[in-house]
Amino acid sequence: MNATLALEPLARLGRLGLDWAAALGRFGIFLGETLACLAIPPFKAGELVRRLWFVGYRSLSVVVLTGAFTGLVLGLQGMLMLRRVGSEAFVGPLVAIALVRELGPVLAALMVTGRAGSAIAAEIGVMRITEQIDALTVMALNPMRYLTAPILVAGIIAMPLLAWIFDTVGIFGGYVVTVSLFGLSEGTYFGQIRAFLAPIDLWVGFWKAIVFGLIVMWVAAYKGFHVGHGAEGVGRATTEAVVLASVLILVFDYFLGSVLP
Amino acid sequence: MSVARAPAPAATEVLPPPPGIRVEALRKRFRRQPVLRGVDLEIRPGELMVVIGRSGGGKSVLLRHMLGLVRPDSGRVLIDGQDVTRLRGRALDRVRERFGVVFQGGALFDSLSVFQNVRFPLREKSRLPADQIDARTLAALEQVGLGDMGHKYPAEVSGGMRKRVAIARALVTEPRVVFLDEPTTGLDPILVNTIHHLVVELQRKFNFTAVMVSHEIPEIFQIAHRVAVLHDGKIRAVGPPSEIEGSDDPAVRHFIHGEVEIDAT
Repeated sequence: MNATLALEPLARLGRLGLDWAAALGRFGIFLGETLACLAIPPFKAGELVRRLWFVGYRSLSVVVLTGAFTGLVLGLQGMLMLRRVGSEAFVGPLVAIALVRELGPVLAALMVTGRAGSAIAAEIGVMRITEQIDALTVMALNPMRYLTAPILVAGIIAMPLLAWIFDTVGIFGGYVVTVSLFGLSEGTYFGQIRAFLAPIDLWVGFWKAIVFGLIVMWVAAYKGFHVGHGAEGVGRATTEAVVLASVLILVFDYFLGSVLP
Repeated sequence: MSVARAPAPAATEVLPPPPGIRVEALRKRFRRQPVLRGVDLEIRPGELMVVIGRSGGGKSVLLRHMLGLVRPDSGRVLIDGQDVTRLRGRALDRVRERFGVVFQGGALFDSLSVFQNVRFPLREKSRLPADQIDARTLAALEQVGLGDMGHKYPAEVSGGMRKRVAIARALVTEPRVVFLDEPTTGLDPILVNTIHHLVVELQRKFNFTAVMVSHEIPEIFQIAHRVAVLHDGKIRAVGPPSEIEGSDDPAVRHFIHGEVEIDAT
């Protein structure tokens, strides 16, 4: 009896580990099934356009706004810091490289997670509980092909574009602060960016944005598909999608930052 | 009630015979809670079978097994000799292509209009030219008395209309088996009769096998060819409506007469 009680925490830990492994497996299979739909025609182009409009175009305003203020803050803090060491000429590269390699893809992805990822999780969750996904299935139509695959592709296409817009707006935000407020010359700001910002920085940002786009849409669609019961289930799925996608973005940002040059 | 205002082009075509359904020793538990405890049921080709039983008694679960949406713990569901509980992928899709399903809440796609909802399965699965697809969609909508409602969205029509749109969508592909999961729940008595008569009329016209899960007693006794009573996870009684209505089985009597079961001990 005592031995059983003593082993109970270990058994619980084991069950937790098994549950985690099973959940990870389901998560992976979900992605595999979606990618299989992309590999085998027909592909739902109309649905892709609709999702691109929703994920990409509808996220533009929030991305532009956050990009502008991120650039303003970077320019301000960069200028204040670099002035102490007499290196304010390098504020342009500081702003540009920080945005292009890190902040652009990460913050744009977090914004898309909050705006589009949550909405997609809720939309698919409602479709699940109102049997719309079952309706597709019994029509002998694959819900992965109609729902998940276009969402995934929309994320992969839209995210690099949004990150690029974020970077561009951010760099101009930095320009406004450093050139207009601190009086740095325009030539110095953009000239130093041209000198220090390498194509590899753009590639790093591009690949990160693609991975983040995949993560956001994958998590959102998965959580929507595996929703619990009723309105509470949809609410929980939406929250879990946002939290998990946000955490995964930051975790993958670190690992991609370590792996990419 | 206006049904069959426009004849469906399909009515003139020769349709394959409707299949029969055989459910054998079907068992299913959810989280250790047994829901189906060995269901045996045979649904004959071309008949309208209504499954009745208490709420939460497993009627919809039984229907979902027939649709291949749920895998049983044991037992099988044979549709035209094919076990849909074992089939997967393309093989299961080939069986499902002959299905029409009316879900409890309609399961209409929110982002599509009424017309687009009904057209959806034809557009995705048939190789008909666009004008024929549109003509058949309109005919299906007119059959359920909603020919002029195509432009509306599901959120803009009433509950009864949504059910009728769902019926039109289920029938537009000329299915050989139609499953209806409580198609009249939450509707007023007039709409209940409207939907019931619509189902009967369409079933006579297209000669499909129909399985309906319902709570509507005694209304369903007027439309069903046979009635099955699901009680305590098993089929307690099955037979023509008159036989079920006159059943001596206390459990059946309690259910169909709405009597409260009192434990005498």
